[in-house]
Parts: sequence; structure tokens; C-alpha cells
Amino acid sequence: MSRSGTIRGWVVGDAQANRVVPPTGFSARLTLFAAGALAFLAVFVLALSLAASRIADGWSEELARSATLRISAPLGQRAAQTELALRILRQTPSVAEVRTLSVEEQTGLLTPWFGASLSLEDLPVPQMIEVIEDGTGYDAAGLHLRLTAELPGAVLDDHTRWRRPLVEAANGLCRLGLISVVLIGGAMAAMITLTAQAALAANSQVIEVLRLVGARDSYIAQAFVRRFTLRALTGGAVGAAVTLIATALAARRTLRGLA
Amino acid sequence: MIELDKVAYSYGGGALLQSVSLTLAPGSFYFLTGPSGSGKTTLLKLRYGALLPTSGRVRIFEADIHRFDRDQMAPMWQRIDVVHQDCRFLDHLPLADNVALPLTVSGRDLQVEADNLGELLSWVGLANQSDALPPELSGGERQRATLARAVIMSPDVVLVDEPTGNVDWDMSQRLLRLLIELNKMGKSVFIASHDLALIHAAQSQVQAWVLRISERGVQLAGADL
Repeated sequence: MSRSGTIRGWVVGDAQANRVVPPTGFSARLTLFAAGALAFLAVFVLALSLAASRIADGWSEELARSATLRISAPLGQRAAQTELALRILRQTPSVAEVRTLSVEEQTGLLTPWFGASLSLEDLPVPQMIEVIEDGTGYDAAGLHLRLTAELPGAVLDDHTRWRRPLVEAANGLCRLGLISVVLIGGAMAAMITLTAQAALAANSQVIEVLRLVGARDSYIAQAFVRRFTLRALTGGAVGAAVTLIATALAARRTLRGLA
Repeated sequence: MIELDKVAYSYGGGALLQSVSLTLAPGSFYFLTGPSGSGKTTLLKLRYGALLPTSGRVRIFEADIHRFDRDQMAPMWQRIDVVHQDCRFLDHLPLADNVALPLTVSGRDLQVEADNLGELLSWVGLANQSDALPPELSGGERQRATLARAVIMSPDVVLVDEPTGNVDWDMSQRLLRLLIELNKMGKSVFIASHDLALIHAAQSQVQAWVLRISERGVQLAGADL
């Protein structure tokens, strides 16, 4: 018989062999519960760390491809300096798009801090220029040097300063998640070992009777191992399914909330 | 079939048995007698390999059991069956399944053996109790059930430890008749018992050898004890 046939035979099991292991109500439910809870945690942590890693990737990619140029100049020189900045940027290789943010856009960005009623004309708000690169990456240091020389009032912000800690935090979360998964796996193994030992101790009479009637070690072991593995697998599957459903529901609610 | 050669056994302190040599011939009927604590059960255990002697050799079916591990012992235990003083069952299975347990663990198809099982249960007078759980049975019923379980694999040797330990006289007579029937079918029967009345009763029906344990050794007692 093939290997898959053997495995199928094991899962279907020998109904007679299965009966020799007494049904143990309380410990069976405990095993199911513990396996289910651990699977729930494992799937949850896995989902969390996957989400964190995706967010980290998204942030680092999106933010890396854009930069902001801030021009803080006296009101009279601002338009001229903006023109100059735009020219310099357009000459820079790998810069795909340069765009001056309109007054409305800048007001929109500041609304969370200053409220909607504020008029920007009264404040010396710097002019923002959004720089989008074309993916090959521009020479940030070179551009910086050139801007410092020609436009002392311009500040190039390529978001590295606050992007890096965010990405690091997200990556840290992801690593933590993976460590948790490993720990949960270990806890699961320990739990199965302990319940199996407890069950063997509780069933010593059964084992003695089986030995007396001529059962081989493998027969006795298989009956017990099969029972416990199936029980743990069932608990694990239920726990995993519950988390998957819960995570999917939570994700849908979040998306609906965002829409 | 079972040979003990200069076997000695000691539990921690002093020696219980010394220099015991015995050969169990096929189709024979033996009684092993002696006072309580003289080592009847120990000698029985030595005969089926549950205990290994501290010195000497035990050979079962021409095989030296000293070289066996537990798994090699298993098929041998299907040819020698032991009826223990304390009858142990799987308490969660009905009587019929318990009696059929040796078939189950050796992977036989229970459907095929169903007739045999029914016959065996009525032979020991337990046909009506086949669905009962072992804890519901009386001492005598448990004894007979153990006997049925012992012979279901049609072993060559049946070893019985104190068959009358916890049953009344009628019941022990009934057990004895069953054992004598087995012997007539060609099985070797070896009974450890301190019940002299039982031994006398047996001697009137079958040619039985009586072995007596005394002074840490085994002697063949006369027909008149």
C-alpha cells in the first residue's frame, strides 16, 4: 500500500483498536479546549504579524518614493524661490513629478491642528512642494547639497526621519509575532506530552490488560497516540477556524469603518 | 513445552525459590500447591515470562525467553493463557468485547469469530451476560469470563492462579469441569491452588500431577498427596 493509503488508514483508524481506550470525558474536553485556544492564539498572532509586515512594506515603499520640499521664505520672495525650486527639481534625474501644493491642500493638511476656520493668508506658512520619484531613486544627498547652495530657505524632507522608526516598529511587531508562534507551538507540544502522560498513568490498568492478552507495544501506543493526536487536531482546527472567521469579520468592519 | 532449568528467584531479601527444574509436557494436567506465600504465583509467572528468574534458564516453546523483548513475548502470550487471581478487564467495554480482546489485539476479524465467541460464552454459562459491563459481574462470573478470554485464542497452555480464590464450591466445581474439558481437548492445564478439596475432586476425573512447593523447592507429591 502507498504512503497516502497508510496515512488514510491511520486517520480512519481501526475501530476496534480505538474502542480499547476508555472515553475520558473531562480530560478530553480540556485537551480540545487547550488545543483550540492555542490554535486561536497562533492564528491571531500570525495574522497580526502578517498585517504588520504588510503595513511596514507599504509604508516604506510609498514613503520612499515621495519627498517634500518646504520653502520658508519671506512672502515677497516665496513665489520666486518656488519657481527656482521647481526648476532645480525638474532638472534632477529620476524625479518623475513635481507639484506645488495649492493653498486649499495646505489648509486641509493643517486643519487637524489649527481648526477649519483659520485662514492661511494671515500666517507665514511655508510653501510645500511634493516630489515623486520614478522608482529608480534620486540622489538625495546631491539634491540636498544643491538646494542648500541655491535656496537656503528650502528644506528637503525625504521622510526617512519618521519613516524609519515606523518601519522598525512594524518589523519588530512582525518578529514578535513569529516568536509568539514558535512559543505557542512549543506550548502545544508540551501540552500534548503532558496530557498523554496523564492519560497513560490513568489508563495503566487498560495497558496491563492489553499486554496480558498479548497486545504488542505498537498496538497499545497507536491506540493512545491516535486518540490524542486526533483530539488535538480537532481542537486546533476549531480554534483556527474561529480565529479566521473573527479576523475576517474584524477586517470587514474596519474596512467599512474606513469607507 | 515449558522448561525450567535450575531456576531461582528472590525478591530483594531472601530467596523464594531455589534450583527448581520442571518440564511441562503437552496435554498434561498439573496442580501446584503449597502454603500461602510459598511462591505459587511467582512460579506461575516464571512459566509465562512475566518474571525472569534471578538465575537458571526458562525455555518456552523451545525458545530461550531471556533473549526476548516485550514485543517478542506478545505472540507467545497468545499461546499460553493465564487466568489470574484478580480478574482484570477493560471496565468500559461489555463482557463479549472483553472476552474477544485477544482476537482484537491480534487483528482478527471479530465478525468471522462471532460464532466462536457465542459458543464460548455459552460454554462458560455467560451467554446472557454478554452485554454486561465487567463491574456488574459477580466474582464467579468474572472468573469464568477470564477463562473464556484465556482460551479464545485456543492456546496450548492454560495457567490458572487460584481458581477458587473468591468463588463458592459449586462455582469452583464448574470451573474445574471447564478446565478438565480443555485438558481433554489436548491443552496443558497448570493450576496453582491451595484448595486440597479441589485437587481431590479433580483427581477423580482426570490424571492430574500434583507439585508441592516446600523448602523453596518443588517436589512431585504422591497421588495421595
